[in-house]
Amino acid sequence: MSVKKLKRETHPDYIFNRKYEPLIYLVPFAIGLLIFTIYPIINVVIMSFKEGYRLSGNYTGWGIGNYQFVLTNKDFLSAIKNTFIYVLTVVPISTVFSIIIANLLNQKVKGMAIFQTAYFLPMVTSSIAVGISWRYMFNKQFGVINWLLGLFGVAPIDWLGATAGQAPWNIVVIIIFGIWNLMPFTIILLLSGLQNIDPLYYTAAKVDGASSTKIFTRITVPLLAPTIFLTMIVNMISAFKVYNEVIPFWSGKAGVLSNNLYTMVYWIKETFYSKLRLGNAAAASIVLFLIILCFTLLQRWIQKHFNY
Amino acid sequence: MKNNDAVKKFFIYLILALGGIIMIFPFYWMISGSFKTAAEYNSFPPVWIPGNWLNFDNFTKAFEQAPLMKYFLNSCIVTFSSVTINGFITILAAFGFSRLKFKGKEAVFALLVAFMMVPFEMQVITNYQTVARLNLIDTLPVLVIPFTSSIFYTYILKGFFDTVPDSLYYSARIDGASNWKYLWRVMVPIARPSLVTIMLLNAIASWNSFMWVQLVINSDRNRTIPLGIFAFVSDAGSDPKLQLAAATIAVLPMIILFLFARKYIVSGVSRGGIKG
Repeated sequence: MSVKKLKRETHPDYIFNRKYEPLIYLVPFAIGLLIFTIYPIINVVIMSFKEGYRLSGNYTGWGIGNYQFVLTNKDFLSAIKNTFIYVLTVVPISTVFSIIIANLLNQKVKGMAIFQTAYFLPMVTSSIAVGISWRYMFNKQFGVINWLLGLFGVAPIDWLGATAGQAPWNIVVIIIFGIWNLMPFTIILLLSGLQNIDPLYYTAAKVDGASSTKIFTRITVPLLAPTIFLTMIVNMISAFKVYNEVIPFWSGKAGVLSNNLYTMVYWIKETFYSKLRLGNAAAASIVLFLIILCFTLLQRWIQKHFNY
Repeated sequence: MKNNDAVKKFFIYLILALGGIIMIFPFYWMISGSFKTAAEYNSFPPVWIPGNWLNFDNFTKAFEQAPLMKYFLNSCIVTFSSVTINGFITILAAFGFSRLKFKGKEAVFALLVAFMMVPFEMQVITNYQTVARLNLIDTLPVLVIPFTSSIFYTYILKGFFDTVPDSLYYSARIDGASNWKYLWRVMVPIARPSLVTIMLLNAIASWNSFMWVQLVINSDRNRTIPLGIFAFVSDAGSDPKLQLAAATIAVLPMIILFLFARKYIVSGVSRGGIKG
């Protein structure tokens, strides 16, 4: 018996695990994973190349017809546009607000429990349910938002409605709602980033007599930069999947005109579920995935190059 | 200098309070709205505080018009089952991954973590077909079964299990404990904080789950509370005050859960996310 083999066979893991006993523990997990995660991922790729694919499983042939369809479909293109507008406004704005709030919460304030509750509550509550409250806050005639704006002399805004077939304010509604929804998560991540900054930096700066503005711009922001980057990317990935935020305001329709506020996920869901065009929906979901993939790779790259 | 500090403190609290009020206002508006009378609700400028906080008319009417109790019960059943089953499977899997030694284990695990970034929306089309073939459409189990294996929760728990020193395992085994006994008598009690965290995150996700429920539940009696409320609100002609009362009922359990388990939830979220 070779020394190496002997070493392996006398290792406690070898004796106690009877080699592969822990494998049994993985079986229930593996079954669920195979059926509901791995198989669907493979299948959706195949499905996206089946033309005319229906729920029954019948299809007319192989090809890139589904991709051609979705990339020339007016509604899907407008869904891409709306999704990008949503992501590129909600993520930066909520990040800026969150940096300010997280920094203030990190100043050893009293009443942390109350502030945390106020700032984090949107994270645990259903967007569908709280969205109802927002819907009435945005009401043109009776809503508190127009009332507040009225105090500053702003004429009532038709947030949820349309005039002459145009509904420019609809997207602003979901952007505001989205920012509010995303803030808690962003604040929590940034706060834990702030708490990882060595307090010595602050002590040193205070000894040198730096002002608090200077401490914030010269110490906090640069040291927090990697966390800010990562938080933004994670948020972008989740914001690309915007769907629930659209649902409460127009009783489940995509905007007041039913088609003016498609998001990518909304279009995918409608195409597959209401129109039963599974192949088209599969191709659209691959497009969504590729966009998310780009941002994930960007995240990995940033992590590699800026993590210190 | 001292004066300056006081001014600074004042501004910190001012900004935090203003921001906090904006964040919490939609909840206040929802809860206060569900106690308002028709006259109070319809007045403009708005009535900020309902005249009678014991006016439960809106709740009574909401319960009469929609089977909210049934929705609530369904949500409780689904959330409880999901947390229990997923928790059990996650504990086993995390232990397996943590204890099992084989070549390429890290690669397999890295692959699994990579799967985490694939959006559920991409899997939903196939999953819908699968549950349709299994004849599970429009049943409560369909809201639990696809979510029994979670890579994210397993990842968190395995991370914790890995920090427990091997020597503890070997000494327990030498004392004659089986793997099974060791897992439940030693590891699970030690891992309680991590376990509570993943169970809470899962409970929140289950309770608030909407899109999947919307796809697979057709009949009124199987709706969970977010879908039930959505249907109630979409019914043209239903009264905003009643909708706010129904929404209050939907979010109340999560608000209570948050108040009691804030620290666990915050620590779980800071490790990687909750929504989506």
